[in-house]
Amino acid sequence: MAKTILDFEKPIIELEEKLSEMKKLSDNLNIDNEIKIIEEKVQHLKENIYKNLTRWQRVQLARHPERPYTLDYIYLMTQDFIELHGDRNFKDDKAVVGGFAKIDEYKVMIIGQQKGRDTKSNLHRNFGMMNPEGYRKALRLMKLAEKFNKPVITLLDTPGAYPGLEAEERGQAEAIARNLFEMAKLKVPIIVVIIGEGASGGALGIGLGDRILMLENSWYSVISPESCSSILWRSWEFKEQAAEALKLTAEDLIKLKIIDRIVQEPFGGAHKDHNAMALILKNVIKEELSLLIKTKPEKLIQNRVKKFSELGVYEE
Amino acid sequence: MAWFKRSKQNIHPNSEKSDLPDGLWEKCPSCSEILHKKQLENNFWSCVKCEHHFRIGSQEYIKLLLDENSFTEINKKIRSGDPLLFIDSKKYSQRIDETIKKTQLNDAIKTGVGKINGIEVAFGCMDFSFIGGSMGSVVGEKISRLIDKSLKHKIPLIIISASGGARMMEGALSLMQLAKTSVKLTLLAEEKIPYISILTDPTTGGTTASFAMLGDINIGEPKALIGFAGPRVIKQTIGKNLPEGFQTSEFVLEHGFLDKVVARKEMKNFISTFINLVS
Ligand SMILES: [Zn+2]
Repeated sequence: MAKTILDFEKPIIELEEKLSEMKKLSDNLNIDNEIKIIEEKVQHLKENIYKNLTRWQRVQLARHPERPYTLDYIYLMTQDFIELHGDRNFKDDKAVVGGFAKIDEYKVMIIGQQKGRDTKSNLHRNFGMMNPEGYRKALRLMKLAEKFNKPVITLLDTPGAYPGLEAEERGQAEAIARNLFEMAKLKVPIIVVIIGEGASGGALGIGLGDRILMLENSWYSVISPESCSSILWRSWEFKEQAAEALKLTAEDLIKLKIIDRIVQEPFGGAHKDHNAMALILKNVIKEELSLLIKTKPEKLIQNRVKKFSELGVYEE
Repeated sequence: MAWFKRSKQNIHPNSEKSDLPDGLWEKCPSCSEILHKKQLENNFWSCVKCEHHFRIGSQEYIKLLLDENSFTEINKKIRSGDPLLFIDSKKYSQRIDETIKKTQLNDAIKTGVGKINGIEVAFGCMDFSFIGGSMGSVVGEKISRLIDKSLKHKIPLIIISASGGARMMEGALSLMQLAKTSVKLTLLAEEKIPYISILTDPTTGGTTASFAMLGDINIGEPKALIGFAGPRVIKQTIGKNLPEGFQTSEFVLEHGFLDKVVARKEMKNFISTFINLVS
């Protein structure tokens, strides 16, 4: 299914092509042994590459255009999804989708940032970059979930909040700040999953919750490696170094207690098998929900406040 | 998050001294008037001719807004670690050491308790001269503890922002300070303790997208740059020049995200009047 090949995957693809050519010839030639050797080599190479991904390579996987997006997860994990639209104030931000749905026995509110897969759908979705009305739409949906006592699940996948002129006029900063404030005291459980790109305040604007999960090949930080490179190195060329310096992978962030759990992806990345990925995530979410729904709202909020109050590293 | 480039210019009144020999004279960046430092100080660090508000630090704000000798600093010793072992052109730890030496500040915010026209307040003030007033773990923790102080003594909270946003060198940890400060403010709201947010030039990025926009009253200083994305990034995105006055206090007031633009010389009385009205 992979139509997009990332640079570090090229050696694998080349070897796989060679292998399929050999297989075509194998009827006439006695090369079964050689085929077996190449097969082992492919397997070895894959393991070597996918088990030793650099931080920048994970960023590339997180942005893979065939990676499952929010709506893919909604269709694959949930039943009876009813999408809700609009912030009841300005408009319906298409960069964020959300609505009530069932994840088997659990009724939930699921909200996530949505990217497009081609130029047209990306323009429709604004590349997953929310405007203020998007954050306000998400908040409206969360309040609705609170009203009907349903847990909230948010899926984070954005290159950032939209840095546009109108976004500033309509209070992008206030919209994000308000969400952080309101999510802190929402009386229902909130599970946050970083499924792809978790870029800065734009991601965090729907990313405050009781359990923060992160897919194995996603990234989450205060700035993208490219922007960090352009500011600190004065050039776009240092994105690999910036990705290393920012420590933006799931493995990094679990050590800093910024996330609670890493969700494994199918071998080679979520894009290799949407069904398998969605099933893994669904089971993880169900497990988390089963624990969270037992907690009383006051306790839930108390824990949430404590969790975020303790984040930070300093000397005294 | 364009603080890095901007921090090179106009950080402190001192940066304008260039061709004026003894450091006692400043040139107004707005109207080019040459001003003596004493003149400036007596005029609340604003230009006597055009009222341009010079960027000043926490020390100056404490003098201007709090009753004489009423300020007691708290948590002064909290210092930045280097949790990511971050290196760009230099090590983050080295950058911190050098900045502390240069600015005589321990990080980008000073916090404590003091009095405004006799009213006891919890007072925090950011310093743009400290790595562009960027918010990392130290700023987050000091605000968090200042809120605890405010809660404990049931005294109003005042925070003066001057910040380019979250501090890159602490990666996601600095992003989490947006969440941390906002979460703590819910506790203050629950106790119905007033929170006054004052936004000065510049307040952008993660600082605006968290505690700075969450005041019971949001006040801007005249012509301060206030926004989420930096003007350069927005210009790049839309491929057009930005309109005159875009992202100034007056613009943000007009769009409904500030309650008032208050000149520095009116600020102290304005704050105490507000606190009295809601107490
Ligand atoms: Zn002037």
